[in-house]
Amino acid sequence: MSSDVAARVTRKQDLRTKRRLDGKGQFWLVFRYSALTILFVIAALPIYIMVINSVKGITGVSQSAAFTPPRSLNFEAWGPTWKVLREPMMRTLFFVVQSSIISAIIGAINGFVFAKWKFRGSTFIFTTFLFGMFIPYQAIMIPLTKFNQWAGIGGTIYVLVVAHVIYGIPICTLIFRNYFAAIPNELIEAARVDGAGMIRIFRTIFLPLSIPGFVVVLIWQFTSAWNDFLFAIFLTGGSPKLSVATTALNFITGSGNQVYYGNNMTASLIVSIPTLLVYLFLGRYFLRGLLSGSLKG
Amino acid sequence: MKRNRIHSPWGGFIFVLPSIIAMAIFVYGMIGYTLLESLENRYNAWTKNVKFVGFVNYTQLWQDQEFTHALSNLLKFTAVFMIGCLISGLIMSLLLEKGIKGEGFFRSTYLYPMAISFIAMGTSWRWLMDSARDERATGLNYLLQNMGLGFLQSDWYTSEAGSMYAMALPAIWQMSGYVMALFLAGFRGIPDDLREAARVDGASEYKIYRHILFPQLSPTFLTVLIILGHISMKVFDLIFGIATKSYVTKVLAIYMWQTIFDFQNFAKGAAIAIVILVMIAVAVIPYLIYVNKTEEANK
Repeated sequence: MSSDVAARVTRKQDLRTKRRLDGKGQFWLVFRYSALTILFVIAALPIYIMVINSVKGITGVSQSAAFTPPRSLNFEAWGPTWKVLREPMMRTLFFVVQSSIISAIIGAINGFVFAKWKFRGSTFIFTTFLFGMFIPYQAIMIPLTKFNQWAGIGGTIYVLVVAHVIYGIPICTLIFRNYFAAIPNELIEAARVDGAGMIRIFRTIFLPLSIPGFVVVLIWQFTSAWNDFLFAIFLTGGSPKLSVATTALNFITGSGNQVYYGNNMTASLIVSIPTLLVYLFLGRYFLRGLLSGSLKG
Repeated sequence: MKRNRIHSPWGGFIFVLPSIIAMAIFVYGMIGYTLLESLENRYNAWTKNVKFVGFVNYTQLWQDQEFTHALSNLLKFTAVFMIGCLISGLIMSLLLEKGIKGEGFFRSTYLYPMAISFIAMGTSWRWLMDSARDERATGLNYLLQNMGLGFLQSDWYTSEAGSMYAMALPAIWQMSGYVMALFLAGFRGIPDDLREAARVDGASEYKIYRHILFPQLSPTFLTVLIILGHISMKVFDLIFGIATKSYVTKVLAIYMWQTIFDFQNFAKGAAIAIVILVMIAVAVIPYLIYVNKTEEANK
């Protein structure tokens, strides 16, 4: 069951079983730490560059000094950048919160049915849902734009709420289904003996147990909607009135402005802060979402 | 009171019905619409007399030099990206898999790129992969010089021949942590007894990995290949964030976007989208069937 998969990854390995290391063992330990450290440096380099160059002023990123930390902190790029990004980021927050909450509710209901309340053909239907996770969104973008016009939400931010809710159904259903599947059937049977219906079982037994599942789905939907660029640029048509975090950032860092690296790095950092904070504090749930989304454990 | 409803096998169906309808319309219906669009003649926004033209748009794609260029770019990118991610993700998981002090710290730093948008990370990577050399060098070229590896300096994503290989670097950087997590989950799902038994029999560590652990990981390998493959086929914002619509790094998703937005050629855009979809579907549909079967078998 995939909900155990994350626990498997984060499980503390027992490090004490090995007694004193011999020469060969010591060599391998040093080797492993060196390799891990090199990989750490590579992984951290791009964000390191972003952070140090955001406090060097608007263009102050001189070529050779870019890898070294600044001598003094210069926040001059932060004010103007934030002024440009504030509105798009607030707009992003507005639609991302809505779409994540709706997605989580739909996911919980679907997940419960596909895990515990199966009907004939439910496995097949679930599989057809999953296919929706893999499709390239280019293949639905043209009719989706038409639909938005038809539904009267074209030109509003709700185009993105709808897109993220609908195309989030497969992954949210999958995460909840895997989560609920790990809960023993005996619970349902016991409740049934007491005369409870499935709806009541869902409400009183499964929902209270599913808080971690909700956290996983909310984080997943929040991160992917916040970072989404494809839907944003297709559905808002690059309109400044509807710019969201990523499209506004792309406007700032776009081709004409590439010399203002200090500015660009600051803007990129500001846009990344919300998802980075979520990752920092709730990384374990993020990992769960990633692994649940992989179908097999 | 609710007895009948409890045992009704269709009760669950009612609750997922809204989602079934949504998927039927927004996934399958809309794919159908795009497919139809790709068989018609809306070559610009003013086309009045829309009619069915068959597969002409597809045959024309094969003669379109820009399309074949984007397709070959995409295949190059996919090859390097997939191999690179597999190797680096596997190395990361091998280094961590037995447990080591500080594991959580390393694991988290390897995985954080997944949490950041590529439009944001593109800024850093564009600077890192700046093509200026020698005295004017910045980014990776400067770093290489300082390490005495100046001969490795490159034009990165602006070079004619190597652009897609360079473009795979940030992609590998972003996805390796994910692959690591999948492999870690795979390794730790193998019962310790297997390893212990082999050790008692005197098998070397190499042999344990080669003959016992890796064969157990084949479902994980398959999952990783599918995930990386479909992400690669769809790659869009990663390339857009670094090089926008630059010709040398153009892939199908970028070309499709351009066809729709810059030229309003809906028929051609739809055809490109369907090509991407088919390339993904030929791998994903058998995979989903396989997953379905193994799950049934495990019951």
